[in-house]
Amino acid sequence: MFIKHSTIEKKPLLLLVLIIITISIGGLVEIVPLYTVETTIERVEGVRPYTPLEQMGRNIYTREGCYLCHSQMIRPFRDEVERYGHYSLAAESMYDHPFQWGSKRTGPDLARVGGKYSNEWHVTHMIDPRSVVPESIMPGYPFMMRELDADDVEAHLETLRIVGVPYSDDMVLNAAIDMAAQADPEADHEPLLARYPKAVVGDFDGDPSRLTEMDALVAYMQMLGTLVDFADVQPADLTQ
Amino acid sequence: MATAEATAGDIGAMAGYNEAVVRQFTIAATFWGVVGFTVGVLIALQLAFPVLNFDLEWFSFGRLRPVHTSAVVFAFGGNVLLGTSFYVVQRTCRAPLFGGPTLAGFVFWGYQIFIVMAALGYVLGVTQSKEYAEPEWFVDLWLTIVWVAYLVIFLGTLMIRREPHIYVANWFYLAFIVTVAVLHLVNAAAVPVSFTGAKSYTLWSGVQDALTQWWYGHNAVGFFLTAGFLGIMYYFVPKQVNRPIYSYRLSIVHFWSLIFLYIWAGPHHLHYTALPDWAQTLGMTFSVILWMPSWGGMINGLMTLSGAWHKLRTDPILKLLVTSIAFYGMSTFEGPVMSIKAVNSLSHYTDWTVGHVHSGALGWVAFVSFGAIYYLVPKLWNRERLYSIRLVNTHFWIATIGIVFYITAMWVSGIMQGLMWRTYDALGFLEYSFVETVEAMHPYYLIRALGGILFLIGSLIMVYNLWQTARGRIRDEKPFGMPA
Repeated sequence: MFIKHSTIEKKPLLLLVLIIITISIGGLVEIVPLYTVETTIERVEGVRPYTPLEQMGRNIYTREGCYLCHSQMIRPFRDEVERYGHYSLAAESMYDHPFQWGSKRTGPDLARVGGKYSNEWHVTHMIDPRSVVPESIMPGYPFMMRELDADDVEAHLETLRIVGVPYSDDMVLNAAIDMAAQADPEADHEPLLARYPKAVVGDFDGDPSRLTEMDALVAYMQMLGTLVDFADVQPADLTQ
Repeated sequence: MATAEATAGDIGAMAGYNEAVVRQFTIAATFWGVVGFTVGVLIALQLAFPVLNFDLEWFSFGRLRPVHTSAVVFAFGGNVLLGTSFYVVQRTCRAPLFGGPTLAGFVFWGYQIFIVMAALGYVLGVTQSKEYAEPEWFVDLWLTIVWVAYLVIFLGTLMIRREPHIYVANWFYLAFIVTVAVLHLVNAAAVPVSFTGAKSYTLWSGVQDALTQWWYGHNAVGFFLTAGFLGIMYYFVPKQVNRPIYSYRLSIVHFWSLIFLYIWAGPHHLHYTALPDWAQTLGMTFSVILWMPSWGGMINGLMTLSGAWHKLRTDPILKLLVTSIAFYGMSTFEGPVMSIKAVNSLSHYTDWTVGHVHSGALGWVAFVSFGAIYYLVPKLWNRERLYSIRLVNTHFWIATIGIVFYITAMWVSGIMQGLMWRTYDALGFLEYSFVETVEAMHPYYLIRALGGILFLIGSLIMVYNLWQTARGRIRDEKPFGMPA
């Protein structure tokens, strides 16, 4: 345009700088407003940080690559809303590091799987999917009945706080206690439920004597998509 | 010309070019290619026969799928890109690699270490779980060091060149190197839980993380799998057909418009999600416009054959290269179509996307790579010609049939599944349960696996051919394309 292209072809650093400018524009225009435009996240009540046990379950979900076959993003179509429930909101994944919307449905969407099946169903299904769904092609995960390795659960919450999840000091301090209490039907659940409303409590894996990976994963599955009460939501709250 | 070709290796040695590292990259690319295709066949079979997951954590689809994608994209594709870029930049600049053999050796071994660390991590469950960006923070840091060294070598060689102009292939390589660096640094930003542990949490969350990921993800396609491989096209196609590039002006226009437009296309991976509508529409618009510079590149590549189309009869290497450009044209048309929201509402979440990716990855990326490797090996090992030209033709046809099986199976299964999800019965209820759609996929998963097996067999024929070439053998065969 203003400089001859042959000049650019003779100056590697100029070429480099022009490339960087050219490739920066699109990303800046599309991504930066998602942080500055406040309506990007819908104004809804109920979304809270994950309980320590749910977060540990979520880490197992990401570790196993569940997102490669299961989406967590219901689109606003009649068939999807009937099949899975209310379409997904940005607010519902605002504490997700990383996001797990997925890009493929080899298996069904899981954004609102919480509360749809019993704990027993989930455990049986995870150990041997074809025992409950004969046509399923999901891998079996019997090894998840091993102990949950989460001695550093406080460190996980602290790290999440650094990246922006609003865990209070109280939540970090009580992380180990909350984690054990959520999977123990005999424990006092009041402090946990005060910190994390709507947390599902109980013995998830059918073995109250041990805290397993299965406990954590099922605790996570059982809360998915349950935090927002859509009876209270006005359409105006959902405009982005 | 024949004498010049035969002594090309000597020219390289005399000019002090570093061809040893290009040989290393060529071997690594071939090796990782076979590994990546094999894992692909395995996970394709796992979808048809779930018993092949063996209930073992290191063997489940969820852990092996990133091994497949990283092995083919970053290990096979990456080694092809690094190797060919080092070959091309030395010859088109008439200068040896900046930084000498030590720095180049560091980039080679550093990159292989990155691949091994990433793949071992996936199998053991160490992952950031962002598609095509799965390596954890410490692997990402290591890759950053290696990549900066790569940029220093490439840019340094451009600076010490003895040619007045920087050749067009190098513009594409440079755009690929620097853009991948930017994408990697932003998308992989994470805070580790502990500096002695593998686990980290990404800096971004939810909707912002989603767009950052697909800004990365789509441009991993745009710059790693497109711009870089266009660099390969711009050197190896003119070389193999012995004609100059069709249009210098078209090179300039399509280079700048391609790299400008690609960056905007990410949101088309997030149509009808919780990403704000304005971003989706913007992404769709730019994705459709992107069709134009993509076909600019295709036209520039294909028209380079003007007056030399008859060479396709006698040169199966050229056949690979030209078919790759045709597949490039096809997938860069299919992509914009799928980015239209109405189409995407059907195609998204289905196998159609998987088929689209593979027509690009197998048809374009792998074929142009095979063409470049077949071109390079006799020169790098200083042989008169390949062991067998006829085996190149066999490889070409087996692989092409494999691709056709693959993508047609995925078109049918993807569109079928998308339609089944939204079918209603006469009473207004959903006609199919989800698992009925899974069951319906089975025959297509078998056809897809068969396509993958054919593609893998083709690559093994290539390995045999290259191995014999490196050993200095020449097969006793009738010249290819001559009447019998």
